[in-house]
Amino acid sequence: MDKVGIVGYGAYVPRYRIKAEEIARVWGKNGKSISAGLGVYEKSVPSIDEDTATISVEAARRAVKFSGVNPEEIGAVYVGSESHPYAVKPTATIVGEAIGATPDMTAADYEFACKAGTAAIQTCMGLVKSDMIKYGMAIGADVSQAAPGDALEYAASAGGAAYIIGKGNVIAEINETVSYTTDTPDFWRREGEPYPGHGERFTGEPAYFKQVISATKKLMEKMGTEPSDYDYAVFHQPNGKFPMRAAKRLGFSKEQVEEGLLCPIIGNTYSGSTLIGLSAVLDVAKPGDRILVTSYGSGAGSDSFDITVTDKIEGYPRNNIRKMIEDKVYVDYALYMKYRGEFK
Amino acid sequence: MGIARYWREIPQRYNLIGTKCGSCGRIYFPPRAICPVCRRKSIGKMEEYKLKGTGTVETYTIIYTPPPHFEGEEPYAIALIKMDEGCYLMGEIVDCDFEDIHIGMKVEACFRRIEEDGTRGAIQYGYKFKKAE
Amino acid sequence: MRDVAIIGSGVTKFGELWEKSLADLVAEAGISAIMDAGIDGTDIDAMYIGGMSAGRFVGQEHLGALAAEVSGLSELHIPSTRVEAACASGGLALHSGYLAVASGMYDTVIVGGAEKMTDVAGKEATNILASAASREWEAFFGVTFPGLYALLARYHMHKYGTTPEQLAAVAVKNHHNGSMNPKAQYRREITIEDVLNSTMVADPLHLLDCSPITDGAASAVITSVEKAKEYTDDIIKIKASAQASDSISLAGRSRFDALPATIEAAKKAYKQAGIEPSDIDFAEVHDCFTIAEIMAIEDLGFFKKGEGGKAAEEGLTALDGEIPINTSGGLKSKGHPVGATGIAQIHELLLQLRGKADKRQVEKAEIGLAHNVGGSGGTAVIHILEAI
Repeated sequence: MDKVGIVGYGAYVPRYRIKAEEIARVWGKNGKSISAGLGVYEKSVPSIDEDTATISVEAARRAVKFSGVNPEEIGAVYVGSESHPYAVKPTATIVGEAIGATPDMTAADYEFACKAGTAAIQTCMGLVKSDMIKYGMAIGADVSQAAPGDALEYAASAGGAAYIIGKGNVIAEINETVSYTTDTPDFWRREGEPYPGHGERFTGEPAYFKQVISATKKLMEKMGTEPSDYDYAVFHQPNGKFPMRAAKRLGFSKEQVEEGLLCPIIGNTYSGSTLIGLSAVLDVAKPGDRILVTSYGSGAGSDSFDITVTDKIEGYPRNNIRKMIEDKVYVDYALYMKYRGEFK
Repeated sequence: MGIARYWREIPQRYNLIGTKCGSCGRIYFPPRAICPVCRRKSIGKMEEYKLKGTGTVETYTIIYTPPPHFEGEEPYAIALIKMDEGCYLMGEIVDCDFEDIHIGMKVEACFRRIEEDGTRGAIQYGYKFKKAE
Repeated sequence: MRDVAIIGSGVTKFGELWEKSLADLVAEAGISAIMDAGIDGTDIDAMYIGGMSAGRFVGQEHLGALAAEVSGLSELHIPSTRVEAACASGGLALHSGYLAVASGMYDTVIVGGAEKMTDVAGKEATNILASAASREWEAFFGVTFPGLYALLARYHMHKYGTTPEQLAAVAVKNHHNGSMNPKAQYRREITIEDVLNSTMVADPLHLLDCSPITDGAASAVITSVEKAKEYTDDIIKIKASAQASDSISLAGRSRFDALPATIEAAKKAYKQAGIEPSDIDFAEVHDCFTIAEIMAIEDLGFFKKGEGGKAAEEGLTALDGEIPINTSGGLKSKGHPVGATGIAQIHELLLQLRGKADKRQVEKAEIGLAHNVGGSGGTAVIHILEAI
């Protein structure tokens, strides 16, 4: 039976950047030591006319263009984000319309902090596997919020990635997916509030590490694999340190994680984080490469995936997300606030 | 802008859907009911046509004094663009330093927020243009 | 078709007229035109009034009825029509009245134009003016009116080497002329440096390249040449009254270095009048922005395409130049109450043709031309007047 997997992918990161040192300057902190401590040196900033919908559309259009999929055959669109432009009115329909998938499709928006995008992938896998749809599109995108002056501000950034899930003509097979989900209130945002709250150090061990390590261990147990069986490992990247620490504890090497670690140069794109990291790996992966992906969403949960790249990847026009990231323009804190719409 | 008015134009605003004259093949954006060249011969022959989204800058300006809905976004660049299909349209050029914009510059369409109806109203998305590779 | 003459005209002061309402302005202009013509209100058979957007400026539509009421003519139940062609509404009012008289339908007609722009905030006025452009495909994207002409200016500069200094020369000349016009909004002289140093509005147009927001009204009385003899010896004949349209949006134009509507209307006007551009002694052209005047003097055939900038720079269009342009101060200095402009141009032509332009009088003033444009060139109305 045809394996379910990735038929196409597209990623997008806005052009503007702000350095962690510039943010620190405004708040009277030591920028150099904060950057080094977090492993985040600069982060992406959306332009004043960009939001989660526009980023999702850009990523989705790239996925459709590069995969050559007929958008009318996309039977589902799910957009996962913590910063949907509307609290009520889906981003998914805007994307569906903009890629020409409407009206024969189902759609909904997802929220599960930073792992809403991978939850969307799992849903699409189910719909494709059961032959309910031919292709499904899963997007993780955000223009992440953080309260000015809060520790999260150094990393909260903007970006997104779209994945087209299908059967048969896949560039990467998803061999298995498992999840580990608990009710862990480490980071949240109340209805109507502009900024999230979080449990500071509580977001580490009981939250990120518990979920990520448990899900990954469960996956490897199910697959009967060890870290050395994988060529790449992509973990959710709230900063540059957590994924490395998780990797080490699980037995993965720095080299396996590096390719998919973009956080140091674009920050934490929240729902886009793991998916943009995966796109960087797919940009360079070779047929037969095996990739382990574990996302993390506060609240809390992790979705883990075991992926094998097929030889169809050689015909795929790679996104070159690292090249896109290199095309950047720095802004100062005032422009950053203005672009993010903080001055209403 | 009213909801219905904006919604009606989503095919144009999101996907650059214009019309092609079934008689002479000329492409128009926004859509037309008849071809101004073929006139009567084109009645009933105008077909939907999706523009590629690529074109060149015919002329441009930088707006420093914006209209009310665009306050806070100035300065921004607006260009008259000749699309590859031969028709012209107007749009903002984004993600490009003003000094780099020039007549003849190749551009491609991208998807951005255009306007919003205050904080409680709808958001209006549409096309803007970036420098093409 | 019989010949039509203008027997009188009048304008209000142009400016920010806080004490005057739209109705006040309409009445004032109408009364001064009737006085100038030496007629009685009861002589009037019909009224045409041009106004771009009273609906949005002061919430008032049905301008025909309002104008009839405030001029005391509604009691006579004369037909009163509001016409609209954005900034060419005034010119269109005269063209409409001309057709009515020339056809023999009406004998004596009063035409006018008015706009009350300062009852709304400046930004709202700018937004309203943008309805002269394409709302869906131009204004929606944040392009302003100055922005549209700035697009044309950059194109003209790129194609013909027109310079910002040449654009500024137009503003300087018009302010010089306006300083001698007691009805003008701005009566101070300016320099090239003043223009180039003024705030950039839409590159390359500076604040002083742009006509202002103005309140004002203008009116004129027309009748058949035959009937005119009953009223005055000072008969000004309408030798031509021509109108042309073009796409409302710039994207629909066939060229961007000229306004085809002006070129076409001019062709028709010269043919109607049986003259060449070189026969025109002076002209009021539509300088909503300095680039508009430069393109106009080319499109009207006074100068070769591309040489308008040079002509302005070299003083060929000054009061004492080869062909004086905008002796009134133009829209730039006189002001631009949108609907009134077309008729205010006619008023200046009358003053010149009758030798009553005082300090602004041009030496040879026998045939004058008025050029009125709507939006970025979607409408052009041209009149050629001759003192007979």
